[in-house]
Amino acid sequence: MTEIATRPAARTHPGALSGMRVVEMGFAAAGPLVGKYLANFGAEVIRLESRVAADVFRTTYPPFKDGIVAPDRAAMFAFYNDGKRSATLNLKHAKGVALARALIGTADVFVESFTPGTVARLGLGAETLRADHPGLIVLSSCNQGQTGPHAFHPGYGSQLSALAGFVQLLGEPDSTPVLLYGPYIDYVAVGYGAIAVLAAIERRTRTGAGCTIDLSQYEAGLQFLTPTILEFAANGRIPGRAGNADAIAAPHGVYRCAGPDRWIALSVWTEEEWRVFRELTGIVGAPTAAGRRNARRGLDERIGAWTATRDRDEVVRLLRRTGLRAAPVLAISELFTDPQLAHRGMWPTVTHPTIGEMHLMAPPFRLSATPSRQDRPGPTVGADNDHVFGEILGLSLDERRRLERDGVFE
Amino acid sequence: MCGRILADLGADVVKVEPPGGEPDRLQPPFVGDVSNNERSIPWLAANVNKRGVTCDLGSSHGRALFARLAGTARVVVESFAPGRLRELGLEEGLRDTIVVSITPYGQDGPLAGVGGSDLEVTAASGSLWLAGEEGRAPVRTTQPQSPYWSGMYGALGALIALQSPVAQRVDASAQAAMATVHPPAPVWWDIAREEHRRTGPFLLGRSNVGSRFRNLWACADGFVSFAIQGGPIGRHTGRMLAEWMAERGTVPSVIAAIDWDQFDNTTLAQAEVDDLEAAIAPFLRSLTKAEFFDEVVRRKMLGYPVSDASDSLADPQLRARDFWRMLSPADGLPPLPFPGGFALFDGERPAVRRRAPRIGEHNAEIFSEAGVGPEELARLRAEGVV
Repeated sequence: MTEIATRPAARTHPGALSGMRVVEMGFAAAGPLVGKYLANFGAEVIRLESRVAADVFRTTYPPFKDGIVAPDRAAMFAFYNDGKRSATLNLKHAKGVALARALIGTADVFVESFTPGTVARLGLGAETLRADHPGLIVLSSCNQGQTGPHAFHPGYGSQLSALAGFVQLLGEPDSTPVLLYGPYIDYVAVGYGAIAVLAAIERRTRTGAGCTIDLSQYEAGLQFLTPTILEFAANGRIPGRAGNADAIAAPHGVYRCAGPDRWIALSVWTEEEWRVFRELTGIVGAPTAAGRRNARRGLDERIGAWTATRDRDEVVRLLRRTGLRAAPVLAISELFTDPQLAHRGMWPTVTHPTIGEMHLMAPPFRLSATPSRQDRPGPTVGADNDHVFGEILGLSLDERRRLERDGVFE
Repeated sequence: MCGRILADLGADVVKVEPPGGEPDRLQPPFVGDVSNNERSIPWLAANVNKRGVTCDLGSSHGRALFARLAGTARVVVESFAPGRLRELGLEEGLRDTIVVSITPYGQDGPLAGVGGSDLEVTAASGSLWLAGEEGRAPVRTTQPQSPYWSGMYGALGALIALQSPVAQRVDASAQAAMATVHPPAPVWWDIAREEHRRTGPFLLGRSNVGSRFRNLWACADGFVSFAIQGGPIGRHTGRMLAEWMAERGTVPSVIAAIDWDQFDNTTLAQAEVDDLEAAIAPFLRSLTKAEFFDEVVRRKMLGYPVSDASDSLADPQLRARDFWRMLSPADGLPPLPFPGGFALFDGERPAVRRRAPRIGEHNAEIFSEAGVGPEELARLRAEGVV
């Protein structure tokens, strides 16, 4: 444990991104999660949304609180948009577009994740916005990028993860590939999207220039598969699924323990680790890793027979005590009580006005002097209209009422 | 990976290795299957665009040299066991530097210092739990993913810290990083107390009556990703599928009977889903990945091939966007296609501009930039410090 890294008891500095304003229009995960991370570190992130054409995370994707489908009961939205403000605007209304443009004119960053060309058709394209406001940073995140023959092909993250090559690498060799559960690649693009925005901010500090960023979720995902591409290009071999086998370690696998659907993951990397493992468990195998890799099936069966009657957590403790690498295969229900994640404050609790008490997700990296903050769940629809249109844009109450009657805030 | 991302963005990233090189240089597979310290494919992937020096942190002269070098940096990235920097006496000298630490479980807490490879941290994150077939062991992606996730988040942390006036520690945990990759499962547990589990090739969470939908199908030369779906694009996809089946022969009666304008997948019972899927399977099995891809693009349907590395390199979209960047991985070797920069900045893709460094390749130029004269460097070389 190092002194510098411990979490300060109180916030001693403003957030690292305080003073930065981000305006965001988008849906589901890939765009909005960029704003979440920026908000967690102090940026003011304003979600512009429509009551008519609402985010699918508000309307379509379960779970909803008590199973009742309503925008402010949508847990996915509340979970992934924490720390943001919400303002409603009808962008089919000319005054709505003018207000969006004025608001973006006060911002450092504009994030959008619609189909290519959508914001330009609304009059909110990067060129238009940057003509008003040369220092603006515009991040456009979409499936396959703003240009190219497939730019307009519809798609979503789960299937894009297959196109990028992730799915091909997951599963048992004797069976079909399996899914990565959800829209895996979207979250890769979120990280790269936030990185791109901050790199552009850093450059703007030096040059004053804004930036238009074209992020293809597909291309972002491929970064994580660089070795598989190189392996094919250099050696002509196409990497495929291999269960839990590893090119170096043996054993390297997931083994059933006592109880329903309880599993342990463990791996042995060096001669010394193998000696310790063998003495501890009595499990026999070839003295070299290569020998054990070649006789993987039998070794895995012997380990599985040994773990099958034992408690998962006891085996993990036993192996870790001798410095071996082992971990429980945690069920999702166990994540919120995992002592290590709890220690890091990974799942802070907040009270949502409609959903009630719920967890949020902290960023998986901690800053020692300007820690992240998760004290507000995703906003209810239009929760910050007064702040955004009154305080930021300076519209009087009368003007706001008039615009409201005209349907501009729908 | 953290350093690689910062290097891609144009930062001057200097890799510091022990004399003789870091052990990761010998990670298989190797370019041309020749095992040497300039040909490890995973290592090359993580280290292009960097310069490299050697420095023995086990010696006091080495530590002093490192401190001088670190004094020229805005960011130091390290992945030692927690506390090791302090044991080496290096922490004090880094008070004015952003230090990004990347470890399996983090710098403190009950598991700080516990070892873990990709498999263990993926298991401890819940991510492994969600991948695999029912009744069989959970599985991980063959290409280890946690180093990429934790490196990416480390780079994000560094860039956020650079916006703050105070130098500070960024503590990235691979376990925590992998816990961010599998929404909506945590939300289902938190709000509805439903435990999502691995379901092989089937997708959960799209039905109001608990039905599951096949998402991965065998085709003539591999697999494709396709699903029966609702919503405007899903209904369009179904309509186009029926049309496509008609052009290729006959439309199975259960498909022909669907009024796609009214189709709602969320209320179908599992038996109805099974019937539809049994009718679609032979059709998809008759197509190659390439045929499937061409037609779904032409007909604007949802669906993609389950691509492998050879398909990725042939993809017309990536070629049109000039994604692949050719770079010789080591002197004398033919160039290989690296994924280009992860985004276009004002239309420009950051380049893959420099091959990974040989061991100590830039010792002279970098240490001279840090104020080490040629005589001093010669002495350090003689002592085995560099």
